[in-house]
Amino acid sequence: MSSTLLDIDSIRKQFPILHQKVNGKDLVYFDNAATTQKPLTVIDALNTYYSLHNANIHRGAHTLADRSTGLFEATRKSVQAFINANESEEIIFTKGVTESINLVAQSYGRKYLTAGDEIILSQMEHHSNIVPWQMIAEETGAVIKVIDMHFNGELDMQHYQSLLSVRTKIVSCVWASNALGTINPIKDIIDLAHQFNAVVMIDGAQAGSHIEIDVQDLAIDFLALSSHKLYGPTGLGVLYGKRKLLETMPPYQGGGEMIKEVSFEKTTYNSIPFKFEAGTPNIGDVIAFNEAIKYVTVLGKDAIAQYEQSLLTHFVNGLYALQNTFGEKAISFIGTAKNKVAVQSFVMENKHHFDIGLMLDAKGIAVRTGHHCTQPLMQFYGIEGTVRASFAFYNTVEEIDILLESLKKMLERG
Amino acid sequence: MTITEIQDDIIADFSLFEDDMESKLFYLMDLGKRLPPMTPAHQTEEYIVKGCQSKVWLFPVFEEGKLFFEADSNTEITKGLVSLLVKIWGGKTPEEIMSSELYFIEKIGMSHMIGSQRSNGFSSMIKQMKMYAFALNKAQ
Repeated sequence: MSSTLLDIDSIRKQFPILHQKVNGKDLVYFDNAATTQKPLTVIDALNTYYSLHNANIHRGAHTLADRSTGLFEATRKSVQAFINANESEEIIFTKGVTESINLVAQSYGRKYLTAGDEIILSQMEHHSNIVPWQMIAEETGAVIKVIDMHFNGELDMQHYQSLLSVRTKIVSCVWASNALGTINPIKDIIDLAHQFNAVVMIDGAQAGSHIEIDVQDLAIDFLALSSHKLYGPTGLGVLYGKRKLLETMPPYQGGGEMIKEVSFEKTTYNSIPFKFEAGTPNIGDVIAFNEAIKYVTVLGKDAIAQYEQSLLTHFVNGLYALQNTFGEKAISFIGTAKNKVAVQSFVMENKHHFDIGLMLDAKGIAVRTGHHCTQPLMQFYGIEGTVRASFAFYNTVEEIDILLESLKKMLERG
Repeated sequence: MTITEIQDDIIADFSLFEDDMESKLFYLMDLGKRLPPMTPAHQTEEYIVKGCQSKVWLFPVFEEGKLFFEADSNTEITKGLVSLLVKIWGGKTPEEIMSSELYFIEKIGMSHMIGSQRSNGFSSMIKQMKMYAFALNKAQ
């Protein structure tokens, strides 16, 4: 067992889903980059909310409404602290990272982009950080530029610098790649963009659960986070934006909550964050998300990262050992950047990733196979997809050994 | 052998593995490897079965009122699955194919294993084969 500050046994007890058989075997869950499992505190918070507090928030005169509003807004404060935002009004609840990016593209993009302006993305973006920009580029006549990548999965920062110009209006980049695990040097990316007065949107979907976040220190303009990739409920995300940017942006959707006054002649809009939260929000999930943030905060990002890195190292060493036995071509690593979150993609010679995924499932092991919603990245490597194992703090080296043993068996069979 | 007899044979073969899903899949892949190679000229876009996550080609051959199939897939497990369908329905008349019920997949314990996304692909293969039977029946 790796030395760690975390008590993995007691952590695992907090995640009921992990204690089950799949195809007759103990579940080994290595699909954490797709979604993380939920601790009891999150599950209980959902139950408690619907059992005791459920009421629509804001403007209610009754006790339940007051209570649910208090709990809802408490999560906003927790998110503010979690990412060290200057104020809680800069935290907007969305239905996920995808919506957070669409919000910025549709609201900020539509207001500020004109024909010939440039949006810079990177080769390793998830489709959710490509398509929203293509849509707004098509509408406004803006042009998309793509940062090249080195074969190990690191961005070509020289190429990035060569793309930046006075025409650059937006840079939108993933913090940690979902398919490769690469942690991008976002501090440099942001600083360079700011020299050209471009705003920077960071897709923090994968970073949220692994990396310490300080939006003020990094001078992030917009940050998108996912609740369900951070041990919280699905259907919920966060958009952080600097107040001075959010205030100038038009609303993204119209409806209740986001208005100040409505008449058929003219509607005035509410202030941030409510301007961007039209309609009844995802109250129960927001309230339960607070427990997820508390859980991760108590464990500590440093301890989490250290432990997860030890898992990644164990797995990578195991794959190297398989290469030694079965030849270098038997397994190819996809994503070997120096700085990575606990994600490893790979392909196996003469084996389709779907077959590998199903064979592993037969042993109770859950991994993700396919293009990981990063088709341009797969095109870069000239492959259709990969097998991806992604680890969380409740995983163990023993589980990784089960995965390695299964891969070995497949290789032995040829 | 009738369609029912072939299915019962397959079920009996798989029952030897009891609940060992890994061995069942290895066996299924072996069955796929035994599938006769497709005529390269038949392995075209036109004969790709739509709705499968992995690529599956199905080419029908009509001979003396019976339907035969050439098939292939780019993934081993799917190739194993399609090989079972070829074994069950290959050389049968359109009437036999159209009126048959496939029950083997559940009995060999694969229905939950295949997963909803892949079983859609499996249903597509079944549908495509039945469509060829329907077309042959109409043409006769």
